[in-house]
Amino acid sequence: MTTAANTAFRPQTATRTDFDVYKVRADFPILARKIHGKPLVYLDNAATTQKPQPVIDAMVRYYTAENSNIHRGVHTLSELATESYEQSRATVQRFLNAAEAREIVFVRGTTEGINLVAQTWGRANIGRGDEILISAMEHHSNIVPWQILCEQQGANLRVAPVNDAGELLLGEFEKLLGAKTKLVAMAHVSNALGTVNPVRKIVEAAHRFDARVLLDGAQAIPHLAVDVRAIDCDFYVFSGHKVYAPTGIGILYGKAELLEAMPPYQGGGDMISSVTFEKTLYNRLPHKFEAGTPHVSGTIGLGAALEYVKSMGIESIARHEKQILAYGTKRLREIPGLRLIGTARQKEGILSFVLEGVHPHDVGTILDQEGIAIRTGHHCAQPLMERFGVPATARASLALYNTMEEMDALANGLQKVREVFA
Amino acid sequence: MSELRDLYQDIILEHSKRPRNYRTLEVANRKAEGFNPLCGDHFTIYVEVGDGQIRDISFQGSGCAISKASASMMTQAVKGKRTEEAEELFQKFHHVVTGKNGTESIELGKLAAFAGVSEYPVRVKCATLAWHALRAALRGDQHAVSTE
Repeated sequence: MTTAANTAFRPQTATRTDFDVYKVRADFPILARKIHGKPLVYLDNAATTQKPQPVIDAMVRYYTAENSNIHRGVHTLSELATESYEQSRATVQRFLNAAEAREIVFVRGTTEGINLVAQTWGRANIGRGDEILISAMEHHSNIVPWQILCEQQGANLRVAPVNDAGELLLGEFEKLLGAKTKLVAMAHVSNALGTVNPVRKIVEAAHRFDARVLLDGAQAIPHLAVDVRAIDCDFYVFSGHKVYAPTGIGILYGKAELLEAMPPYQGGGDMISSVTFEKTLYNRLPHKFEAGTPHVSGTIGLGAALEYVKSMGIESIARHEKQILAYGTKRLREIPGLRLIGTARQKEGILSFVLEGVHPHDVGTILDQEGIAIRTGHHCAQPLMERFGVPATARASLALYNTMEEMDALANGLQKVREVFA
Repeated sequence: MSELRDLYQDIILEHSKRPRNYRTLEVANRKAEGFNPLCGDHFTIYVEVGDGQIRDISFQGSGCAISKASASMMTQAVKGKRTEEAEELFQKFHHVVTGKNGTESIELGKLAAFAGVSEYPVRVKCATLAWHALRAALRGDQHAVSTE
């Protein structure tokens, strides 16, 4: 399986025991640049993460030495490209601890993964009067596809509430489960609050009612060890670019027996085994769901990114990020008039907040002048903003390369914001 | 800090903290909403128009300092003006905040304080939100105006 071409752009897989954030930072070339003459403090990782050199190199390597279309070629380059593409699938399978590689479908991102499930599994399995249960902390991409499906099928969307800390009210969630519930769709980690949902309990409860469970893993995958078999979810989706891979590539994991039974999503090349004008036979998994030429370089970048994360050790990353989050939380709490939105006991990587008398948008502009990149707005979670009675928040979000010093820079930047608006 | 002060001039900060004409208008015969889905800024502009003249104007809603100060200062600038004069003023204002500045900043008076916005392209929408809503109100457009 291994060729010289493939090993060349794979990083060392030995896990580093001592997590040295400054060494890690050297892997990310963009972190050396300045913004408005100040060192970049990149705290918009929940929107997208920066890319380490091994990911950039893997993609350059592919375009420099292997570029070709996959699956149909008999020539050497096509074989190499196909092998890299399928190796990335195997890397994802191992990363998620999925039972089989064919349970891993390459999609554009979380959004496409959710839409795929809604329009294939959903159209086939959700009927009039059925219910889809989500939570109040969902991203628009885990709300709107289900609203469209409900409209198409005459089904109903139910919403499990959250408490003032931004935690799912598990009891209320369980009360909403019933014989009509066909699907539970929920974030593993909330993008706006950082809340980690008790996914194992959610899946257990849903399965008692024979409902299927889709987890939106976009914000979990860079921070937590995800084992889809231990969680026992039916579908798991995530985007590569949130975990140090390029944009435009993501993953839909589905249990094989569900994917087998689902109709295809898009028709075209690669997803068929034979075509006549009278009848078309669809390809086997996972190719049934991968119509057209895929984002080959993206899959290679994703494979390299997951290998990179593995080489750091997801537990080491999580430990480091927890320290930064705890310190950042402490520093922000010292700032008068600052209110943290989302204070769940189980939380990952997100500091969402509002500053009294200052609109988040102004906070963002002033911090940018200090070289600090954060996100401001509703974070594609308007219903959640309404729940907390704010039109928008400022959100600093963490990745493995963030430091204590950057939390100080953020706190100092926020003091500047207060001075401007004093 | 000096660059920031170009954007957040004292008059802008002052209007954002104490917006003028910040109320509903009982006698309004024109009304329009302005909405910026990007950041959630949302304003309603109320106008009383008679004989082609803006007799009274007010606004309500929430938004960033730039959008709120702009709405506040707009209401002061156009009150008593003829509707076509208000439209002209918007065009001049738009030129100034997008950096296409000729002699217009002189004619704008206090509104010239928004010239610093031209250095912050993503904030132009904040500065013009209320103006777009005013234009919609004067044209009798019932739909909410969106900046996107």
